[in-house]
Amino acid sequence: MTAELGELYQEVILEHSKAPRNFRRPVSANHEAEGYNPLCGDRCSVYIDMDGDAIKEIGFQGSGCAISRASASMMTQMVKGKTKAEAVKLFEQFHNLVTGKDEEAKAGDLGKMAVFAGVSRFPARVKCATLAWHTLQSALEDERKHEPVSTE
Amino acid sequence: MTAVTQPVLHEPPQGKTAPALDLAKIRADFPILAERIYGKRLVYLDNAATSQKPRAVIDAITHYYEHLNANIHRGVHTLSVRATEAHDAARETVRCFLNAADRREIVFVRGATEAINLVAQTYGRSHVGAGDEILITAMEHHSNIVPWQILCEEKGAHLRVAPIDDRGELELDEFAKLIGPRTKLVAVTQVSNALGTVTPIRKMIELAHRRGVPVLVDGAQAVPHFAVDVQALDCDFYAFSGHKVYGPTGIGVLYGKRALLEAMPPYQGGGDMISSVTFEKTTYNDLPFKFEAGTPDIAGAIALGVALEYISKLGMKNIAAHEQDLLAYATEKVGALPGVRLIGTAPERTGVLSFVMDGVHPHDLGTILDREGIAIRTGHHCAQPVMDRFKIPATARASFAVYNTREDIDALVEGIGKAHEVFA
Repeated sequence: MTAELGELYQEVILEHSKAPRNFRRPVSANHEAEGYNPLCGDRCSVYIDMDGDAIKEIGFQGSGCAISRASASMMTQMVKGKTKAEAVKLFEQFHNLVTGKDEEAKAGDLGKMAVFAGVSRFPARVKCATLAWHTLQSALEDERKHEPVSTE
Repeated sequence: MTAVTQPVLHEPPQGKTAPALDLAKIRADFPILAERIYGKRLVYLDNAATSQKPRAVIDAITHYYEHLNANIHRGVHTLSVRATEAHDAARETVRCFLNAADRREIVFVRGATEAINLVAQTYGRSHVGAGDEILITAMEHHSNIVPWQILCEEKGAHLRVAPIDDRGELELDEFAKLIGPRTKLVAVTQVSNALGTVTPIRKMIELAHRRGVPVLVDGAQAVPHFAVDVQALDCDFYAFSGHKVYGPTGIGVLYGKRALLEAMPPYQGGGDMISSVTFEKTTYNDLPFKFEAGTPDIAGAIALGVALEYISKLGMKNIAAHEQDLLAYATEKVGALPGVRLIGTAPERTGVLSFVMDGVHPHDLGTILDREGIAIRTGHHCAQPVMDRFKIPATARASFAVYNTREDIDALVEGIGKAHEVFA
């Protein structure tokens, strides 16, 4: 595997893609949204139990590539317990990280999600990494989304 | 009308004496094959999306703009005459290539998509009414689904879909049953872009004609791989794209039987498609110009003609034999890999090997192969209903052209092995 591929498919990403965390619909979920990447057919549903302004519980389901599954899995771990505003800010930082706009983000609030920095070398894969986040944002905004959010 | 130089499409002699394709020479004709991708030899296996272009086609575009460029059908000056003659000659080349009876049956469009939309918006809008039906198959590209959905929505008509079996073969009996008294048009692919299935198109046309129903054939994935004779097929419309058959993007062809085209209303209004315009009444131009409003892609049409001459010289039978060998080799090698499942295993296939892998999403496979210099397509291939039929979100698709070799397949197999290691 080349160095760049190694940066993209880091061990932690492969591990999460094989055994995604929070891969379920929490029974208490009161917010949800469906995300869709029309280019590759990836689907992702995000379910949240919002307690006031806080993400009390979160889960996801769907089908997708290793990058999109790992991103969704790690995202759920990261935003659980955060407020809506904090989650939105994390998305912004994550987006900057995977599009290569903010190398410094590695040391920011993203913690172990900084492993996704390698995605910036693979522009065709940015949408895979951000699908779950787009869906999260949509789920946070609306209690019940009927129109799937699209990466396009 | 200016004089048209009659191009002759030279098919080489066939049979045992036919020379095998000189692959080294053919590969040298395609400049892009010398590109290095991440320091590796380019292995281009995404030909069903678009093929690469031979030097002759690239040169034809440059030559046009350096020596011929002028608007067609309107100038008395020398360049306009040259451009018009070259454009007319390209149309004649297409006629020869499809063996159409008449040059007026060849309409230049942007691609197969526009060709199908043209038929939907002209023939369709004037022949399809509330409660009528249009019949397609379950293996159509979105471009042969959505134009009919738009038409059905507008007219209150119904889209009927003939099913395919687990191998990706058309269920011909079901297809025949679906042709009913309300069927106004059958629109079907000759080769599936997602599965490589070659449909029994002659039988399908025969069945439809027996019920008096005209047939549009989407030939986008067929013309690069084997000879097509629209008169032998007896199809009513035939659509293909130039860029999948070694020509440039932005140019394609709609063939239509003359009587049908004559009776159809125009597609777009504008210059070139009229014979006279007053504010009281406009008279439309003759075929094929009635369907070619505005200044066309002149260079594109000329370069498409050059592309068709190029492959005709190689010989469609030689190309078909070579590509069948590649497909058989790839089916054997890739199909034998652990965890690989081929999607689309119809006995009659061409050009396409679609597959999924246990534990490796097609998108991840595509990225890993790309770093090896290997270009494949991953995703739903603009055929989501096909993915739904096989209950998969996506496939990896390797698709072949005349310049591909067994070494390309070996590289693909090796690349799949590397992906397997990463995700094992």
